[in-house]
Amino acid sequence: MVRFENVGLRYGLGPEVLRDLTFRIEPHSFQFLTGPSGAGKTSLLRLLFLSLKPTRGLITQFSHDVATLSKDAVATLRRRIGIVFQDFRLLDHMSTYENVALPLRVMGRREDTYRDEVIELLNWVGLGERMWALPPVLSGGEKQRAAIARAVIARPQLLLADEPTGNVDPSLAQRLLRLFIELNKSGTSVVIATHDIALMDQYDARRLVLHEGRLHIYD
Amino acid sequence: MTDSTSNDMTATPRMPGGPLPRFDTPLVPRNSISGRALIAVVAIMTFLASLTTGAVILVASAASEWQSDVAREVTIQIIPAPGRDLDAAAAKAAAAARAFPGIADVRVYSKEESAKLLEPWLGNGLKLDELPVPRLIVVKIASGAAPDIPQLRRMLAEQVPGATLDDHRGWIDRMRAMAGTAVAAGVAILLLVIAATMLSVTFATRGAMATNKPVIEVLHFVGAKNGFIAGRFQRHFLRLGLQGGAIGGGSAIVLFALAGAISGWFAGSAGAEQTAALFGSFSIGIAGYIAVLGQVLLIALVTAVTSRHTVNRTLDTID
Repeated sequence: MVRFENVGLRYGLGPEVLRDLTFRIEPHSFQFLTGPSGAGKTSLLRLLFLSLKPTRGLITQFSHDVATLSKDAVATLRRRIGIVFQDFRLLDHMSTYENVALPLRVMGRREDTYRDEVIELLNWVGLGERMWALPPVLSGGEKQRAAIARAVIARPQLLLADEPTGNVDPSLAQRLLRLFIELNKSGTSVVIATHDIALMDQYDARRLVLHEGRLHIYD
Repeated sequence: MTDSTSNDMTATPRMPGGPLPRFDTPLVPRNSISGRALIAVVAIMTFLASLTTGAVILVASAASEWQSDVAREVTIQIIPAPGRDLDAAAAKAAAAARAFPGIADVRVYSKEESAKLLEPWLGNGLKLDELPVPRLIVVKIASGAAPDIPQLRRMLAEQVPGATLDDHRGWIDRMRAMAGTAVAAGVAILLLVIAATMLSVTFATRGAMATNKPVIEVLHFVGAKNGFIAGRFQRHFLRLGLQGGAIGGGSAIVLFALAGAISGWFAGSAGAEQTAALFGSFSIGIAGYIAVLGQVLLIALVTAVTSRHTVNRTLDTID
């Protein structure tokens, strides 16, 4: 699904923040991406999300060499990836329902073809009662779940989450983890970037550990 | 925290009550403060540009009317000389002019009329017999005709001794130079106003776009293609530009229509005649209204193109 070979990344003329990354993300796999702050977790997520290009090495996603993709091809490929941002990035002028439905809307689908799907997912993540609320009135946990619902509504093959439990209490963190495990069981590959060791200890999964720009893998 | 229990995750789908559901909120937020500010800027600048356009059109048409009014007349003068019968010479010159092709009307000024012309300078009770005052014949040129004035001049000089013809060439040249200068200055001001309008609309659009950067980013991250995002913003900003342009251009059109109507109501009064002599009918005409509408469209297009350009630049910085 995703293959990195000797990938390096630097910003401008600065030092390499990621060095010689070689790994694969297999279909239906579940992995935590961890490491100390500033180790490059977000940069690696951005590489996985195609919003950065490596300064060296080869990245193949869904059998495409990302270096050769056009902008439109990147957008099309990105529809197969869901991402949960640490700061949620919900659109404040749209209801929770509309935020979650956004990926389907930009694909050009008509609203009546996805309404039931979106409502079902919102109920599944516990936002059934809040679907018409605007993001500014949602709690942190509700925003987090809305962001996750938006990331998975288009049934992506790969789900990336950047510190998804960073803003929530331990019980909600546990519930969100269960949500990711459920999604993984339904066939989505999951990469969760976190430095929450307690969270990782709750589920036995592969760990990708970034340290000083290098990746150590613990299967 | 209002989180529900884990049972909620498997709750059956249902439509809650409360606020009305919104399924189709525009992707680009409407009615934002920056959007309203942009409409205000576009409206004000369109209004100013339209006023300038109208003023230039008024000056240009008035100048052309002055020129054509003066150019449609020539004057024959019969210079008095000892032993010369001015009445007979005037009648002969008038007859010759009447017979000349392209002449619509010939009117010989009588002695009394000539005295009236001189009254402002020499006072009334003037006895023209005591003064060597030339006789004047006003010759009106038929509209659309271009008579051979040098030929008429030669013919008069041959047939009527003491007759000279003045085609007001000196006046027309001076008037043309003055009108040309006024129109050129007006056009220069118009170009400056249009340039200022474009710049201020461009910067106001960029300012309004800055608040929409998070929207662009989110659309980009959920897989929207660049053309889709740029298209949505372009459509939204075209609408804002048209709204602002319609307010500004519409106000200018109403103002011109009112000015035309007011000048029509006061037609016949001394002041109105002076104004009409200077500015013509005070109407910018169909061409003027079309020019104002053209400006509205141009300014709306500038906002749309600027927004598209800003979206593309923002997308370039994201990747």
